[in-house]
Amino acid sequence: MSTTPTARSTVADHEKIADAATGDFARIEPEQVSLKEKLHQFFHQYPVAAPTIVLLAAIALFSALVGDRFLHPFNLSLILQQVTIIGILGAAQTLIILTAGIDLSVGAVMVLTSVVMGRMAVEVGLPAGLALSLGLIAGAATGWINGMLVTRFRLPPFIVTLGTWNIFFALNLWYSRSETIRSQDIDAAAPLLHWTGTAFEFLGARFTYGALLMLALFVVLWYALKCTAWGKHVYATGDDPGAARLAGIRVERVLLSVYVVAGVLCAVAAWALIGRIGSVSPQAGMMANLDSITAVVIGGTSLFGGRGSIFGTLVGALVVGVFRNGLALAGVDVLWQDFTVGLLIIVAVGVDQWIRKV
Amino acid sequence: MTEQKKIVLEARGLVKRYGHVTAIDHADFDLRAGEVLAVIGDNGAGKSSLIKALSGALIPDSGEILLDGEPVHFKTPMDAREQGIETVYQNLAVSPSLDIADNMFLGRERRRPGILGKVFRMLDKKGMHEDAKAKLSELGLLTIQNIGQAVETLSGGQRQGVAVARAAAFARHVVIMDEPTAALGVKESRRVLNLIKDVRDRGLPVILISHNMPHVFEVADRIHIHRLGRRVAVVKPDTHSMSDAVAIMTGALDPNDHPAGAFAA
Repeated sequence: MSTTPTARSTVADHEKIADAATGDFARIEPEQVSLKEKLHQFFHQYPVAAPTIVLLAAIALFSALVGDRFLHPFNLSLILQQVTIIGILGAAQTLIILTAGIDLSVGAVMVLTSVVMGRMAVEVGLPAGLALSLGLIAGAATGWINGMLVTRFRLPPFIVTLGTWNIFFALNLWYSRSETIRSQDIDAAAPLLHWTGTAFEFLGARFTYGALLMLALFVVLWYALKCTAWGKHVYATGDDPGAARLAGIRVERVLLSVYVVAGVLCAVAAWALIGRIGSVSPQAGMMANLDSITAVVIGGTSLFGGRGSIFGTLVGALVVGVFRNGLALAGVDVLWQDFTVGLLIIVAVGVDQWIRKV
Repeated sequence: MTEQKKIVLEARGLVKRYGHVTAIDHADFDLRAGEVLAVIGDNGAGKSSLIKALSGALIPDSGEILLDGEPVHFKTPMDAREQGIETVYQNLAVSPSLDIADNMFLGRERRRPGILGKVFRMLDKKGMHEDAKAKLSELGLLTIQNIGQAVETLSGGQRQGVAVARAAAFARHVVIMDEPTAALGVKESRRVLNLIKDVRDRGLPVILISHNMPHVFEVADRIHIHRLGRRVAVVKPDTHSMSDAVAIMTGALDPNDHPAGAFAA
């Protein structure tokens, strides 16, 4: 080794100089920052800000383009109804994506649990409350299966849920015998399942209980993520699972709980689905998987985990809803709606890349 | 012999084998109250296995670990933490997107008293922020308005500061630091070395694992030299030079041949 006493003294001298030069470098103090950096910090700190600006811009755009027909309370409340199902599924998806996972099975779980609720109430003849609870339990069970495959067998969430998407969808076709349960039969046997579709008028707007249920779920999830230890652990797990584990967080338990909660939320979405379409159809909600991911991504939650906000997803779902509704009112062909949503996704991910840079 | 301080953490005859490889070979270890004990050794000497055994990340096959004279059996790092042994890991173990206060209390969050905490599981954010702030200012990492700043916006030295402050805040017996200066620049290393001394001066003994001889010789009160799975010497910076330590570490010098002997008081 070359560490001689002379070398040692030079190193020490050199470091003494460094020490004398600055006493404060490890202090945590604000620095002078440019406007661009301030903007960056702002978006970094408030992930819900960017999608909110897009939402307001979209509302302004369609107000100018379509006018009163768009801004009418009835139309605005209609948008809220239209995003209810994707909003709830998006909430489930947000939890999973915050842990750096992804859930491709949310749509299939929703359809499967809606069939469970419908058949239990209409064909088995159970009380509606019990049928609803069994649906929620079925949702929890599907989440538990996904979560166990991810945590116990350490399989990537993408692959796990790609597999269970197919499995749950096949089970749904088997259990429903590919038959639709008619709306009248549900009304006769279990009107509770239609409660989410029940509407009331308020200041010219028409709200469904399903839409209110969705808003309530967002508030509850916001509280759980921001104000409880569980929420901090969800973020920490998505951020850096190794660091979370060293900090004493039981990462596997957090992940499993997230998948179970997501499964239950999918079952709540199933209830909203029955309320919205009236019947129980094994073919409903085919596009819901990808639409829920779209809402999360446009809502500013990072696909790499650990960053994002639950209200961002609500805003993201509303952005999609506003664009679809506004373009339809403006008489634009449906294909341009898809085109626009596609553009929004890419722009949102591009913005996220920029925001994530420190 | 000068008066000896009480031994806080002690290991006797630790053995850990992985198949045919013996990572720890009847190793002894002792850490005294109020000292910085550096642990040095060549790559593969088994010093990280030793440290893992002391921090609960590894369960030894045989031998015993005593904390304040009482035998302890750590099965997980959480067990060691519950006994007041905190570890600052080389890769920091902070969550970049959480803020400073969140990180300091990560994994041991405090809830609000009463029904808010019990039923609604509400975190005591205000209390945790104040405690985090107090701890950081005690260690000279003062921050007035930015305790809510995300850790990823901090420099490497500042992050290390948060990790050290967290360990110092919760350790009751021992702070273990694994290569705390490895990823830092000259100035930031200086700051962390000063932090190590601060922690010791506040009464917590520190175990410092480092490859950086100048750093080791600057802050360590005693230096534990690990070679081939066991402790071969404990030297002091005022009796042994850096080249002596390196020579013992690599086997070029038999520690007993040194005028100061193999085991410093």
